[in-house]
Amino acid sequence: MIAHLILRRLLGAIPSLVAVVVVTFMLTRALPGDPAAYFAGPAATPQAIEEIRHKLGLDKSLPLQFVDYLGDLARGEFGQSLTTGQPVAQDILARLPASVELTLAGLILALIVALPLGVAAATRPGSWIDHLARVVSTAGVSLPVFFTGLLLVYVFYYLLGWAPAPMGRLDLFTSAPRTITGFFLIDSLLTGEFATFRAAAAQLTLPALTLALFSVAPLARMTRASMLGVLSSDFVRTARANGLSRGTVLVTYALRNALLPVVTTLGMVFSFLLGANVLVEKVFSWPGIGSYAIEALVASDYAPVQGFILTMAVLYVTLNLLIDVLYGLIDPRVRIEA
Amino acid sequence: MKRLLRALCLTAAVTVSTVPALAQTRNETLLVVIESGTNSLDIHTVGANPASYGVTWNTYDRLLTYGTKTLPDGTLSYDYNNIKPELAESWKFTADDEITFVLRKDAKFHDGTPVTAKDVKWSFDRMVSVGGFPTFQMKAGSIEKPEQFIVVDDHTFRVKLLRKDKLTVPDLGVPVPTILNSELVKKNATEKDPWGLEYTKTNSAGGGAYKVESWKPGQELVLARNDDWKSGPLPKLKKVIIREVPSAGNRRALLERGDVDVSFDLPPKDSQELAKGGKVKVAGVPIENSLWYVGMSLKQPPFDNVKVRQAVSYAVPYQKIMDAAIYGRGIPMFGGPAKPTSAAWPQPSPYNTDIAKAKALLAEAGFAKGFETTININQGAASLAEPMATLLQESLAQIGITTTINKIPGANWRAAMLKKDMPIAIDTFSGWLNYPEYYFFWGYHGQDAVFNIMSYKNPEMDKLIDAARFETDRQKYEEQIKGFVKIAWDDMPRAPLFQYYLDAAMQKNITGYTYWFHRGIDFRPMGKE
Repeated sequence: MIAHLILRRLLGAIPSLVAVVVVTFMLTRALPGDPAAYFAGPAATPQAIEEIRHKLGLDKSLPLQFVDYLGDLARGEFGQSLTTGQPVAQDILARLPASVELTLAGLILALIVALPLGVAAATRPGSWIDHLARVVSTAGVSLPVFFTGLLLVYVFYYLLGWAPAPMGRLDLFTSAPRTITGFFLIDSLLTGEFATFRAAAAQLTLPALTLALFSVAPLARMTRASMLGVLSSDFVRTARANGLSRGTVLVTYALRNALLPVVTTLGMVFSFLLGANVLVEKVFSWPGIGSYAIEALVASDYAPVQGFILTMAVLYVTLNLLIDVLYGLIDPRVRIEA
Repeated sequence: MKRLLRALCLTAAVTVSTVPALAQTRNETLLVVIESGTNSLDIHTVGANPASYGVTWNTYDRLLTYGTKTLPDGTLSYDYNNIKPELAESWKFTADDEITFVLRKDAKFHDGTPVTAKDVKWSFDRMVSVGGFPTFQMKAGSIEKPEQFIVVDDHTFRVKLLRKDKLTVPDLGVPVPTILNSELVKKNATEKDPWGLEYTKTNSAGGGAYKVESWKPGQELVLARNDDWKSGPLPKLKKVIIREVPSAGNRRALLERGDVDVSFDLPPKDSQELAKGGKVKVAGVPIENSLWYVGMSLKQPPFDNVKVRQAVSYAVPYQKIMDAAIYGRGIPMFGGPAKPTSAAWPQPSPYNTDIAKAKALLAEAGFAKGFETTININQGAASLAEPMATLLQESLAQIGITTTINKIPGANWRAAMLKKDMPIAIDTFSGWLNYPEYYFFWGYHGQDAVFNIMSYKNPEMDKLIDAARFETDRQKYEEQIKGFVKIAWDDMPRAPLFQYYLDAAMQKNITGYTYWFHRGIDFRPMGKE
């Protein structure tokens, strides 16, 4: 049944991917700026600029450029990035794990805080814990991530010296673990390099905290609202009336039923975080794809921008699929309707 | 339990023994943070960015280089008047139109292959053939065709001159004419890419003082000393790590906490405050042959009227810009003598902030009531240019000129410069080769190069610029320079603001930092006390 669902979803994703390919191509071409002039360097003559334009294939007509682009895609080539000078596919493969590791760490941190907070707030509406949840959520949403990021760096690195220097995924004297998954935390554990694990975890703490602060708000609010609804429903009343323990009522009966909208929010927050990453990556010199895409955009470097959007599109499709499957696991009704 | 104990003892022993070793390495390792790094390991590749100049400067040798001198404030700078051999052991003019270079016999590339004249010829052939920036830069010194380069024997190389050009020899000491390991590159060249540019973009193929140990584009570059380097004294630093830290605040925090050794090319406010703070030292050297200016396009009326341009030049709030936009990190280029007294460039213009005079000039031009126009800036340089634009806007309002500020995205700025449709633009230009006529050739000459964003044309000035380019008589040369500078002051297509500093902040134990015209760091003379 689930296999059938996955297959149907995958087929459904094809038109969106095709649309993404076409739209990114058109959008990047519509960007202001002339990459040939940009890359010809400071003292270029019009002739030098034309030479570069020819080398980049930008003197061809748009349809021809599109055909070239499709051909490259079919061969798995995303083109060359002019800002880093590397093949885009290689750049993205090297940087994606950094972004995903950071986002996941932030999200898990947020979940650990938001779920209990939301449940506690729902069970005691109007109490101090409810107010605390409200304050934390409001603060988290209203403070922009680059601000919280810089603030955390200022306090924990510059003033207190507790956090390591914000210089990316590892400090200078630790070398990266052998690449297995690309996640430093997992790779260093698999290869048994515990010093590296500690170093990577230390570097990850502040940026993950920054992202977590930002995403606690929607998750906690959603948990609270959804729990409130479920807690006042008939089956919870029945469970209580039958003398089930408080824990069983809350977790098995209420929370499981309240999770559906939370999972939806989780999916949204996750995809949103992948985007919000851009600023956090800048602040912490995190070598992820967000900062990569921004630099490429500023330079009108087409290939990395297209590669980035395409990767993101694929990620979103996968993510939505995962969420759909999760729905089915949590709520049998979804499985049957599918 | 026993095993655990043994393991603990072992760990302790290892920790104890690695501490001095680590301290030792730390002392021979230089940690540099910058905003964004190189995109190529070879300056000849398409789109190699300015950061690549500094990298290739350390990883490749050239035939010639420049000596160093000490500036009045104690900072070291390259010496334009002292051209020294590098890979060449000696060089001389063997005829009026011919320079002969004798190469070092003991020089080797990083892979151990000896450097021969064959490699030199191949490298020269390459830089004049690949097109784009390298070819163009060599042309500036009349180095244009492969036929000019002759291999006499394994260690003798000759360049035939097309014309007598005083820029030929200096041009051989800029970052572009690197000497590559020709056999290694040829092995990795393809039919589509006969000069092996794809290979050298990610692989270093030279014989310079430093080898590329690892490179993660957009993140980090690690250089390791080439212990067999023969073209100069062996560098003190064994390892150099260049990390990209995009946030300026973090670069400053890293330096102040002592976690990094050097922060390069930092914002003026940070330089000023760090210099005042006294925890670290700041080396600020005015960038040679460079100028920030307010340009007025002659193609956009009413700026075709010289009185309007002069009026604007008198309305620029020069001192306010020095204080509030660049925090004093530049040399003022205003309030000078009425006529140029020296042949130096840049030199202060005779203009000063004088609102009454500006109003009078504007009235004479027939715009007593003022007009509306735009001030254009490059968003890529907005941290500097935007405060300047705002100050200018405020000042122009006083003489009745209403302006809007137009921020153009970095990627589009070059295209906008080519179009030359910006009534007022605030920008900078600097020339590698330190000659006034070189600057004017790009910025003022009627050939209408990209950098003449005012589209200024004056045949009289062009004649002087062209003459100065090939003038050999010192006296006449200086007269020509004063001549075109005077015209620039009279016609005022651009109002000079200041000569900007290139700032590097470093720990107090760092020695040997040297200013270079290419604005990269030369790690070879650097060390730690």
